Amino acid sequence: MGMRRVAVVGAGMTKFVRRALETGRELAFEAASKALESCELTLDQVEAVVMGTAPDAFDGVHMKGEWLSDGAGAWGKPYMRGYVGGGTGVFAPAQGWYHVASGLFDICLVVCEEKMSPVQPHPQGAFLTIFDNFTERALGPNLLWIFALEMNAYMQRYGLRKEDIAQVAVKNKRNAADHPASLLGDRTITLKDILDSEVLAWPVQRLDVSPVTDGAVALVLASEAVARRITSKPVWIEGVGWNLDTAYWTDRDLAYPTYVEEAARMAYRMAGITEPHKQIQIAEPYDPFDYKELHHLEGLLLFPKGKAPEATAAGVTQRTGNLPVCPSGGLLGVGNPIAAAGLMKVAELFWQLRGEAGARQVPGDPRRGVAQAWGDLMQVGTVVVMGR
Amino acid sequence: MGILHSLEHPVEAGVWRGSIPLQHRYTAGVAGERFLRGLKEGKIYGTRCARCNYTYVPARLYCERCLSHLGQQAWLEIGLEGEVLSFTEVHIDPAGRPLDKPRWVGLIRLRGASGVLMHNLEGVTQENARVGLAVKAVFRPAKERSGSINDIRHFAPA
Amino acid sequence: MDQHVFPTRGLSEKDFSEHRVLVEHWALKADYAWDTGVAIGGYLQGLKQGKLLARHCNRCRRTLIPPRMFCEECFCPTDDWVELQNTGWVKTFSLSNVRWDMVRLEQPEMPAVVAIDGASPGMGILHLLGEVEPKAVAIGMRVQAVWKPAAEREGSITDIRYFKPIG
Repeated sequence: MGMRRVAVVGAGMTKFVRRALETGRELAFEAASKALESCELTLDQVEAVVMGTAPDAFDGVHMKGEWLSDGAGAWGKPYMRGYVGGGTGVFAPAQGWYHVASGLFDICLVVCEEKMSPVQPHPQGAFLTIFDNFTERALGPNLLWIFALEMNAYMQRYGLRKEDIAQVAVKNKRNAADHPASLLGDRTITLKDILDSEVLAWPVQRLDVSPVTDGAVALVLASEAVARRITSKPVWIEGVGWNLDTAYWTDRDLAYPTYVEEAARMAYRMAGITEPHKQIQIAEPYDPFDYKELHHLEGLLLFPKGKAPEATAAGVTQRTGNLPVCPSGGLLGVGNPIAAAGLMKVAELFWQLRGEAGARQVPGDPRRGVAQAWGDLMQVGTVVVMGR
Repeated sequence: MGILHSLEHPVEAGVWRGSIPLQHRYTAGVAGERFLRGLKEGKIYGTRCARCNYTYVPARLYCERCLSHLGQQAWLEIGLEGEVLSFTEVHIDPAGRPLDKPRWVGLIRLRGASGVLMHNLEGVTQENARVGLAVKAVFRPAKERSGSINDIRHFAPA
Repeated sequence: MDQHVFPTRGLSEKDFSEHRVLVEHWALKADYAWDTGVAIGGYLQGLKQGKLLARHCNRCRRTLIPPRMFCEECFCPTDDWVELQNTGWVKTFSLSNVRWDMVRLEQPEMPAVVAIDGASPGMGILHLLGEVEPKAVAIGMRVQAVWKPAAEREGSITDIRYFKPIG
């Protein structure tokens, strides 16, 4: 298609914490500086910056993208902020990709940041505007409703029990115990812990949900010629995809994420993937709730519709299984700073494909991974395929 | 053909009222915490990037020009004196209503700082207001300070 | 990759309650008078009259609820108002024990997505279920709208109190 090859050459992140002392700008700085340090670049070598950060309402500042720009290293540089809710973390690297692939820039820094903790009394309040002001808000809804309604639709379609879904939370929280930045990693958590947790909005229970989190992640992207000078192990962005379904969420089939499939097809086509289940060795789908990992695995065409739960039960998605899913520990284990979470997954693929994931390392020399995020009015799918 | 042309029945397009109430509890940040505690002690701190030769007041954790971390060695005490780089006499409040008494606000370059600080001006009038006016920070009494930008009451002609 | 993780400083709720960190509070109250637009204006007026209204697109032949003045698939204006029935079926439902600020509700509520008869298949709206025990609710269950008396209706989605099982 005439685009240059683009690689990720460096990555850095903050610890993911429930509430940080750091301001949002300081969080952006911490991740950006770690990313530059990791590949020994200085700020003056960065030619453009792409920022991903979600609702301004969280931080309570005006023009949050601009406000964060100095911490993201964007002072005096071409800068672009993208925002598709939770999908942002995988959308931002796609934007970074075309900054470089187009030939406009050789080195682009991608930073994703979220500081949710300032909203009082609970960050859910910043999401109330997700409901239509005319036809929904008067019913007194809360954000959990949407997930609970979607989860129930998925469970009913395929005759699933809570156990079939809660096993994802167990897997991811255990995986996260090996992630140095994780908030909720727990090596000893059990299915019973999940099933005994407080019912918030049935069928959603407290431990089915990822935590409110502050954090930031950053990646350094470079064109092929430059990448090869920076590192002996560039990880290529082989495909990107993004897709938006209707904002009329009550008109959609909630049991299947069509927008994820469309985004995946776009990314797979670009990457030359025709049999995803065979050609991809690691998957990092977006898991803000345990059922979403299953939902998204099916949308990513990695498992047939309704079949992700039984594959999980059979151990296929464990780190040592045939298709490791969320070896990072995902949002359920590492944490969910809304825009930064997706980029944590892309960074995970970067480290995994270079053999640098330490205790989380997936065995067998993986060569290709897919990261996916979701959000917005629950209707965006964003996908990135990485390969070595 | 536009949307309005296809309307058969004129509809009473209405107005729906609502509000978005949001409350925030902000932390000052790593640098902010230390800067504001400095104000509580009656001191103004900055951080200096040696590489860029730039001193930030209020103090910052990192240099935005080169993204260096401004650690312990970068902190310095800035004096209370400076000069006015711009000023304005304000006649209305944030809701647009007239103030009982006009209020003066200025941008002050403290000696040693590279940028300016926005704050209240006192003792500045139509007659003496000018760019370059020498001013000094006037703090509230120690027991009234809480670790806030308002621990400085205003800047007044030196 | 541990060296690539910055040691961010996490705080606990106690750090705030015991005033170990400086904070600023800010309460933003943004008030709005939103123009409903033609489609929703009509929808709300219909609700006041005890009707559920949809819009029809002649090109793709879908009947759309909530109504909209342009069809997002055909990308052209929709053509007609259609009055739907007061009945439908439950596409999905939940039983919520908490409010938006995570405070527990005394009485749990049952939000649901209800597909309305007369609209295109699967076209639904968000609402609440009532007069039914949670255990008795099932996806696919047939329901009907329970309206407020005419004098109490204001032109709001809450002019329907809830949907209850038929029969």
